[in-house]
Order: sequence, then C-alpha cells, then structure tokens
Amino acid sequence: MDKTLATLAETVADIPDGATVMIGGFGGSGAPVELIHALIDAGPKDLTVINNNAGTGRIGIAAMIDAGMVRKMICSFPKSSDPRAFTERYLAGEIELELVPQGTLAERIRAAGAGIPAFYTPTSYGTELAEGKPVHEFDGRPYVQERWLKADYALVKAELGDAMGNLTYRLAARNFNPIMCMAATTTIAQVSKIVPVGGIDAEQVITPGIFVNRVVEVPNPQQEELLIRSGATYA
Amino acid sequence: MMDDIKLSNDQIAWRAAQDIEDGAYVNLGIGFPEKVAQFTVEGREPVFHSENGVLGFGPAPKPGEEDWDLINAGKKAVTLKPGAAFFHHADSFSMVRGGHLDVAILGALQVAQTGDLANWRVGNKGVPAVGGAMDLVHGAKRVAVITDHVTKNGDPKLVETCTFPLTGVQCVTRVYTSLAVVDIEDGHFVLREKLPQISFDELQAVTGAALKTQGEVGDLVVPEL
Repeated sequence: MDKTLATLAETVADIPDGATVMIGGFGGSGAPVELIHALIDAGPKDLTVINNNAGTGRIGIAAMIDAGMVRKMICSFPKSSDPRAFTERYLAGEIELELVPQGTLAERIRAAGAGIPAFYTPTSYGTELAEGKPVHEFDGRPYVQERWLKADYALVKAELGDAMGNLTYRLAARNFNPIMCMAATTTIAQVSKIVPVGGIDAEQVITPGIFVNRVVEVPNPQQEELLIRSGATYA
Repeated sequence: MMDDIKLSNDQIAWRAAQDIEDGAYVNLGIGFPEKVAQFTVEGREPVFHSENGVLGFGPAPKPGEEDWDLINAGKKAVTLKPGAAFFHHADSFSMVRGGHLDVAILGALQVAQTGDLANWRVGNKGVPAVGGAMDLVHGAKRVAVITDHVTKNGDPKLVETCTFPLTGVQCVTRVYTSLAVVDIEDGHFVLREKLPQISFDELQAVTGAALKTQGEVGDLVVPEL
C-alpha cells in the first residue's frame, strides 16, 4: 500500500467543478495552504467549501474566493482580521453562505464520518439558525435535529504521515482536520514529513490511515498567519 | 452620575474571576471575557478550554515567540501550561455540550430575565458570524455574562425580552455588570450585589425588568485596578 504522491498538483487534479470540498484548519492553524493553492492552480469552479472560517487576506480560501471558484461557503465564522474577499462577494450576492454554529459544524462532520445521518443538539434551539429544523423533546428539554455533512474531498494539514495514510498533528493545528478526514469520500493530506510505515508509533497515530486516501509531503509548510501579516497574495 | 461610579471592564472581569473555583474547567468568550483570566485568584488553578481544541492554555507568549499553530479561539497566540491537552473539534464541543465545563463566561448585547441571551448579531445587515457562542451557552454548569449594565446610549441591557436575535434561550445563570451582580432564577432577575454608592431604586431605573431580592443585597466592592 502506498498512498503517497509526489506532487501537490497530482493530488488535487481530479477535483471537478461543483465538488464539495472540506478544508481543515481554524484560521491559519492547521490550514493546508499549499494544497489550497494547488487547487487554485487546478481551477475547478462552483465549489462548495466547508471550513470554520471564510478566508483572510488574499491567500488560501480568500484567494479561492477571489478566483471565483467558490459558489457556497459552509462555516461558523466568516469574519477575520481581513475578510474582504468573502465580505465583498457575499454583500454583492455572488456567494452563498450556510452559517452553522461551530460545535454543530464539527458534529455534523463527525456524524458523516461515523455514518450517522442526523442527531439532536441543544445548540441553536429557539434561534433563527434553527428555523425550519425538526425539534424534539428528550427528558423534558428541546433539541434541534441536525444532519450529517459530507464532502467529496477533504484537504487537510498534518505533521507526520506514512504511506498507509496514518497521520499526526502539530499542537492546536489538529482542530477540524481529523474529523474532515473521516467525512470525505477522498481525503488528501499534506504532511510536513513522510516517515516510513511503522515510523509513527501505533499508540501515537491520531488519524488512522483508513480515513486518508492521498498523502503528499510539504516540508516547512507556510504558516497562513505569517503570510497574511506579510501582505502576501496568491493569484 | 452612573458613568462616574460604574466599574471598569477590568473590575467587572475581576469580580467574575472571584467566583471561579480552584480546578474549575472554564471557557472564556472571545474579547472582553478573555480578561477574566488575568484576574485569577491567587492559589487557584482553573483550567482554560478553547474551542479549537486546547485545554490548559496560558497567557500570550512574548512578541516574536508566537507559534501560529498554538492559538486560542480568538486566533491569538497562547502558551501551554503543564498538563495541557490537544483534541479535535468534535471532542472539544463534546466537552462544551456534554456538561463537562464548570463555567462559561460570555459577553452580551442583551440578557432577558428568563435567561435568554442575545450576543451574536444586531440585525440583518452585514455578514453574520456565530462561531461557538450558540454551543457554549448549553452544557456548562454555570453560564455567566459580563457586561456594562446599559448600552452606550443608556438603554438597559438587562431586559424582559431580548429584541436582538437570540444566541440561546434560558441559558444564562448569572450576570456581572458594571453596577451589580444579578442571578437568574425561575424567570426573574435576583439582585445579589450592587455598588454601595447607588440605591436599589437607581439601579432598578436603569434595568429593563424587575429586580427581585432574596434576603440581604451584598455590596459590590472591587479594588482599583
């Protein structure tokens, strides 16, 4: 078994127009910047993008939006230190937004990966984000029904990876990455280092390789926060 | 007159910090609530939770020593304390909704006497963003709010019914304001402490719903900070 690929370009080459793509990370932490930029180079259109945020500055997801590749964002917090890319298109009616509370977003993704089509949560009960959703009472308290959230592809960032797809993560860069690995048909991981199979102790594996389809090595990956602070653009 | 005597944001945060027990698991909302950590009572060691998958984070690192893989929910660089742990987002919100946090402290646009909270958007204009606020109001054993007692225009923030879009219903248990400490019990505001310089009637006049009392109302006394 060898899930490694040599170049970023070949890992994303088959992502078609209209695909739903999960992108890991929370702000810049855990954001797979190089994979996102490879996807911009590939240039599919009409994408639905699932991320906690909606891009910052002129790089990463913001650059995808600038490139006109994103039809719809599914996220919890489409604001940032520099949210121009999303804000301008949203206010112009050029991009659709499905706003999801952060914990509900995480659980919808986890549920998809776990084969659970719907679940009930107390989150958003009585608010405008629960409008139109079934409500059920359990033990005297009301809960809102939420559905699983699947994707065709997931782009994630990890620290170590091996040819079987096993992954570890660095610090708080874990965030949405492990659950997105579970919820997509095809999961593509950029890792800072590919190690030989067995090089990650079985007790230390965070995402087991069964959830991962493609692994590409990106040594010394760029840190989105530093790119934003330097005013970098990607177009 | 109220503007001269009201507590500063630091002082409100200080008062809220006095109620955080040693060993409590605590989530502080982005912005003003983050200040509460600065006033942790000496000898107590609460464990701070961040939505993006960190338990046990500490203060910001020195400028130039940031590691941007180690941030909090406000996307600010933080440090780790001994015993810290990382976990993915679904586990993080299991801690929130699953009743594992002892205290969540949030900001507010309005709090209703029923415990309803509005703190995520003012109206229908602009880009809506909710983050983790709607999750945090469910599950923590105590959900507290820190806020000015009134808006910049002098309108009450403690009200009978919220007029801004709701974050959650019947979720807030205590409100620390610039003038008072108020509990929410059985659909009513119960006044626990007030600044000694103002009378009950003066406080009631800037509160948008009836303040009840149960026994003696304590003095809200906070050090100069």
